[in-house]
Amino acid sequence: MVDQAKVEELKKIAHRIRCDIIWALAHAQSGHPGGSLSATDICVALYFYALKHDPRNCQWEGRDRVIFSKGHVSPLIFSLLAESGYIERSELRTFRKFGSRLQGHPNIECPGIEVGTGSLGQGLSIAVGVALGLRMDGKPNRVYCIMGDGENQEGSTWEAIMSAGHYKLDNLCVILDNNGLQIDGWVEDVMGLQPLADKWRAFRWHVIEIDGHDMAQCMEALDQAKQVKGQPTVIIAKTVKGKGVSWMENQAEWHGKAPKPDQCREALKELACPAEYFDF
Amino acid sequence: MSEIKWKATRDGYGDALVEMGAQDERIVVLGADLTDSTRALWFAQKYPDRFFDFGIAEQNMLNAAAGLAMVGKIPWVSTYGVFVAGRAWDQIRTTTCYSNLNVKIGGAHGGISVGQDGATHQALEDVATMRVLPNMTVIVPADYYETKKAVIWACKHVGPVYVRFGREPVPIVTKPEDPFIMGKANLINDGTDVTIMNNGPVLWECMKAVQTLKEKGISARLLNMHTVKPIDREAIAKAARETGAIVTVEEHQVMGGFGSAVAEVVVQTYPVPMRFIGIQDRFGESGTPEELFEEFGLTAKHIVAAVEDVLKAKRG
Ligand SMILES: Cc1ncc(C[n+]2csc(CCOP(=O)(O)OP(=O)(O)O)c2C)c(N)n1
Repeated sequence: MVDQAKVEELKKIAHRIRCDIIWALAHAQSGHPGGSLSATDICVALYFYALKHDPRNCQWEGRDRVIFSKGHVSPLIFSLLAESGYIERSELRTFRKFGSRLQGHPNIECPGIEVGTGSLGQGLSIAVGVALGLRMDGKPNRVYCIMGDGENQEGSTWEAIMSAGHYKLDNLCVILDNNGLQIDGWVEDVMGLQPLADKWRAFRWHVIEIDGHDMAQCMEALDQAKQVKGQPTVIIAKTVKGKGVSWMENQAEWHGKAPKPDQCREALKELACPAEYFDF
Repeated sequence: MSEIKWKATRDGYGDALVEMGAQDERIVVLGADLTDSTRALWFAQKYPDRFFDFGIAEQNMLNAAAGLAMVGKIPWVSTYGVFVAGRAWDQIRTTTCYSNLNVKIGGAHGGISVGQDGATHQALEDVATMRVLPNMTVIVPADYYETKKAVIWACKHVGPVYVRFGREPVPIVTKPEDPFIMGKANLINDGTDVTIMNNGPVLWECMKAVQTLKEKGISARLLNMHTVKPIDREAIAKAARETGAIVTVEEHQVMGGFGSAVAEVVVQTYPVPMRFIGIQDRFGESGTPEELFEEFGLTAKHIVAAVEDVLKAKRG
């Protein structure tokens, strides 16, 4: 059973992160809201419950490694890093601006980013190498890779899945943000992937399917993944793209388009974000 | 100069595909989850049964295009330059180019003018990786009309073609009636002291530079060279001989790109001093196109400075 007080605490953090995402987009006036908002809850559970890390020392040997294969959700990534203390929250104002460490897609100039990503279908292969290397050295660190479901269309993704299953990388956990949408529309219409869970199973992965907006389920899944031995784990988190902003929910058009300033205010209002978020 | 209209070159791609789609039923378009932003959507809406979305799977898309070409279709694959000229390079090399298949590639989001998305999405190496491939034709149009003409030409040509275009609106500086001859440079301004050779939408900056140079008493020839491969050897050798100094301009890495292609000809025909305007061996970054053009040294001011510098090195 998960600790109810922790669930409540994480929900509060997730709420702040959603406000941060909209706030960063308001300042940048470009970027990716949909997949940021869908992955928020499970990523909050990862960063503020499951993950071993030290934001004051991002090169700490004992840290777990996080690789955002879906690098386009930089509004979420940088909000998580700000909430963790890797960067100042105020730096989110510079997101996507010239000269900022917070680039359109994350790179290693930003503390807390292990590797630059943004070209889909590459992150999991990187995670496989990191997991293999850590295991070779007898290290207990875990490796997490955050992916989109559309990203499962990349052939390279399946090469990575195959190798992780083959090498029985039980120090590796994929968080699959199963929001059902990509840019051109519904994943099933563009290039169907179902039955997705069975595909991962067929490649020798342990599959956990959860409601990706249920904080207790997110925490339990991350706990369970740590216990699985002899195979890697994928948490298939069923989510809603644009979660939390009613008019963005399940709308492909909000994949890679920032809301205009007044739309941002509307979104912040709907999310009931505090007054300090309305400063743009 | 003030009543110049602006339009993105990708719009020229979209419009040309729709136009050619009506004329030739063999034309099919393939997308990889970027259908709207590459403007392939316009063709897809008009000819839904001749459009195939391959999802986020570029390597598969490229070889599927090769297969379609093998049975007589004229496939246009549409995605960002990085994800095609980078990600699917081996497929293009060993399947399309080695067997000289009739595959057409629309490489979108060329250059740093992509802006806020940053380094991962700004194709700065695609001209280099495409031009080293035997059988490949590489075209980087300068504006909307030139893009349309390039795509229309490519539809009629048999063999692999890479056409690069950009995301942001750029000034329309050519006219619909201007000639487009694959492999031939267009003379924009004649001059005697130096030649500026342009590749792609930076043309506008070159035109402004020519004006400034004129005010400074420097007579600059301006050649717009849309075709990187096969390059116009004749125009290059002539410019070298007649003006004695060359500055190349491109929105691409200077290593391996258009400037390198020009230099290869210059050193073999009539060696003269050269300067290279383009990306100087670094990755792109986030910012507005204007900020990035300034940072990466792609403005008229930078072209003028390069001309003044190359003139110092000019003999006699
Ligand atoms: C190799 C590659 N091809 C195309 C793109 C452009 N792109 C960015 S996000 C995206 C859709 C991603 O869909 P999904 O993985 O489902 O992510 P989510 O819906 O969670 O944002 C595409 C096609 C890319 N970044 N990389």
